[in-house]
Amino acid sequence: MTRSPYPHWFYLPAAVVYGTLFLVPTFASFYFALTRWTLFDQEFIGVENFVTFFGEPALVQGLTNTLIYAVVTSGLKVVLGLPIAILLTSNIIARGFLRSAVFFPVLVSTIGVGLTFTILMHPSNGLINDALAALGVQGPAWLTDPSYALLSVALVDVWKGVGLATVIYIAGLVSIPREYLEAARVDGAGRWATFRHILLPLSMPATTTVIILSLIGGLRSFDLIWAMTRGGPGFTSDVIASVIYKQYQAGFYGLSTAGNVVLFVLVTAIVLPLSRWLGRKEVEL
Amino acid sequence: MRRRGWFLGSAAVLVSVVVFVVPFAFIVLQAVKDPRGAAELDFSWPDQFRFVENLVEVVTARDYMLVIAFINSTILTVGSVTVLVILAAMVAFVLQRRRTRWTGLVNFLVLAGLIIPPAVVPTIWVLQGVGLFRTMAGLILVEVAFGLSFSILLFRNFLATVPRELDESAVIDGAGPLRVFFQVIFPLLRSVAVTVIVVQSVVIFNDFVNPLYFLPGEQNATVQLTLYNFSSQYATQYNLLFMDILLITVPPLLMFLVANRRIVAGLTAGAVKG
Repeated sequence: MTRSPYPHWFYLPAAVVYGTLFLVPTFASFYFALTRWTLFDQEFIGVENFVTFFGEPALVQGLTNTLIYAVVTSGLKVVLGLPIAILLTSNIIARGFLRSAVFFPVLVSTIGVGLTFTILMHPSNGLINDALAALGVQGPAWLTDPSYALLSVALVDVWKGVGLATVIYIAGLVSIPREYLEAARVDGAGRWATFRHILLPLSMPATTTVIILSLIGGLRSFDLIWAMTRGGPGFTSDVIASVIYKQYQAGFYGLSTAGNVVLFVLVTAIVLPLSRWLGRKEVEL
Repeated sequence: MRRRGWFLGSAAVLVSVVVFVVPFAFIVLQAVKDPRGAAELDFSWPDQFRFVENLVEVVTARDYMLVIAFINSTILTVGSVTVLVILAAMVAFVLQRRRTRWTGLVNFLVLAGLIIPPAVVPTIWVLQGVGLFRTMAGLILVEVAFGLSFSILLFRNFLATVPRELDESAVIDGAGPLRVFFQVIFPLLRSVAVTVIVVQSVVIFNDFVNPLYFLPGEQNATVQLTLYNFSSQYATQYNLLFMDILLITVPPLLMFLVANRRIVAGLTAGAVKG
């Protein structure tokens, strides 16, 4: 047996970088989450950080906000992405322009988008409320009203991210054999029946991808929230990722790392079972 | 049928202009206004065009901060993407070609890298331990570590379409592993490599979180951090803030114009398989 032309040491450079800067910190986080930590010295304090985390209303709100944010954004991306994709694969004018218009925001700086929409959502001078006023609607104080702030940021997240969901759906839709659609037409299926019994079930793999990707992104989300509200007003739009940053800035490294562990558990506890369940649904179809 | 398509199309164009084009038009209009005009935050035609003046003012602000930031972002993006492409292609090559007891573990780690949120302060702790905290090299390696999984998946999927006979005939010709990979296989990966390069460039150029944590300090700021810092500094000079946003939107726009298809192909392929 000669030496393989596919040597194992090809893994090595990547493994060193990935191991040192991703695996080691991930494992270390489980220990440091149990300490009072200043980078220079650490003191083991057991689960005290987690007690603080779940005892402080502001931090618990960060946890629920993270869930709301992830569910709202991924839900809206599915609900909007599929119809837009169906529209953009149908025979309409200006298809190229429409695809570009929907997709371009995906590539733009999140911070830039966040700052722009902060100004568009200005309660009294902002373009959005001016436009609503012209229609005779009194717009809310999007980012400064505690009951709207988180949802307003989520809407901007959807504005920026729906293009990605759309192109994933388009890739799924164009792979559906045309014969199915023609057969349905011959059988006299209307538009709704075609959608309900052909397009919707056969784009299930795309739906799985969109849901999983936007949940992972939504649960970790930080940039947009930080650019638009910094978690405010008060703590009403804080999420775990912004709590991690705030605790880090305040020098509570142990508590910040405990936030990381909570996020880790949350992401794996939601994403792993969900992807298995959605994968099984695909097979059943 | 045609008429219906025409009607739907016009409605869709109208909606997309309002929803997607107006915000960008707003950025451009604000960026060329004078400070007073911009402060009104209206979607209106500028009283006077101050494109050049605003551009010069933003670029020269705080000792050419923005120029330094563009240089930093370029180094970061080019450095990370170069390392990323080579390391990911090497892993994908062995991963796709050879089944051993390592294969399962590597596949698991690739998926873990896609899902697990990085632990921030422990990463700083490691970087300090190896003397790379607050250095560009450290940040580049962090971006590589976090971007490997996605890039490996793209390369691996593509490698499945590259015939094994090519490697085998190169081996028979007496080529060692390094030559087989870099001289025979790597050139064939050009199209997927371009996809990885474009997608990761956009991601890393737009990255805000990692520079914020791992490369703090005024002189090190990347464009995203500069934009964020400007937002408090220019709280009253919206024309300059929007000129900055406009400038930062130019690189992704160029990528979009040149390589839109690649980006979409990369994002959907990686996504559907992942």
